[in-house]
Amino acid sequence: MCKGMIGRKVGMTGLFGPAGEYVPVTVVLVGPCVVTQIKTEANDGYNALQIGFGNKKEKRVTKPLAGHYRKAGSQMFEYLREVAVDSPDEYKVGQEIKVDMFKVGERVNVTGKTKGRGFTGVVKRHGFHGGKKTHGSHSHRVPGSIGSSAWPSRVIKGKKMPGRYGYETMTVRNIEVVDLRPEENLLLLKGTIPGAKTGLLKINKKKF
Amino acid sequence: MQIIEKIEKEQIRLDYPEFTSGDTVTVYVKIKEGEKERIQAFQGVVISRRKGTTASFTVRKVSYGVGVERIFPLNSPIIDRIEVSTLGRVRRSKIYYLRKLRGKAARIKERRYR
Repeated sequence: MCKGMIGRKVGMTGLFGPAGEYVPVTVVLVGPCVVTQIKTEANDGYNALQIGFGNKKEKRVTKPLAGHYRKAGSQMFEYLREVAVDSPDEYKVGQEIKVDMFKVGERVNVTGKTKGRGFTGVVKRHGFHGGKKTHGSHSHRVPGSIGSSAWPSRVIKGKKMPGRYGYETMTVRNIEVVDLRPEENLLLLKGTIPGAKTGLLKINKKKF
Repeated sequence: MQIIEKIEKEQIRLDYPEFTSGDTVTVYVKIKEGEKERIQAFQGVVISRRKGTTASFTVRKVSYGVGVERIFPLNSPIIDRIEVSTLGRVRRSKIYYLRKLRGKAARIKERRYR
């Protein structure tokens, strides 16, 4: 069994559950992915499937990569990722993997790249409380003291300071699969998922 | 974007009669008690309607001298059906002023047209 898939975030909406509760869902366009290469323990030291997702014009793909894609078929892919697999001999190069590998009610782990927030202050980036807003205060969103003076007379490494925030890989674990729509290649996951719309997501089955 | 709209459209219920704020409606709500399912009626005046993907409406009634309001999601599957008993003529879409009125003052003029 293949343990993961790649997809694209479509957006968020909500669905009514059986008891009338409103369940927030993230819609993910998952696959169809094509196996482009099979990695085996004997040959590569580990078992994995290399899968392609998305469409790209052939003239936008480098020739070596196009040659690699052509082994799996005529489609040129936008993304290539590796997913873990139990027994790689079940799969063939060029085989399609679809959303129906997941089940409704199953729990998955989703990896995405969070929205880039640019250079941000310490309140947004690290959740500092900030200073007083009134009563003559001038320190509204500043970090305050960043260390002591005479000793160690330097700032400790790893001190939380302003800087670039976001655009980092983040995994949210234990997300419920609310619904599946195999004919549209859609996966409906409960709650929020890192990243912007159209962002690439890796959906992995939970390890037990 | 069309994918999201399609999913939302699937959930919209089209089996309701037309009603607006000021109308008196009876909402039949499915209630699950263990294994059994029964239907409970809630009759009152519609005091607000909200549009959008999470459309809802508020029904107000005075029960034993206490004002009771229930907010129903419009497309919720727990609503069995809605019946409109009287149409009311009001000038605004949100008739929250009704909360401050008691007795005779809280009456709503009837509307003869649709």
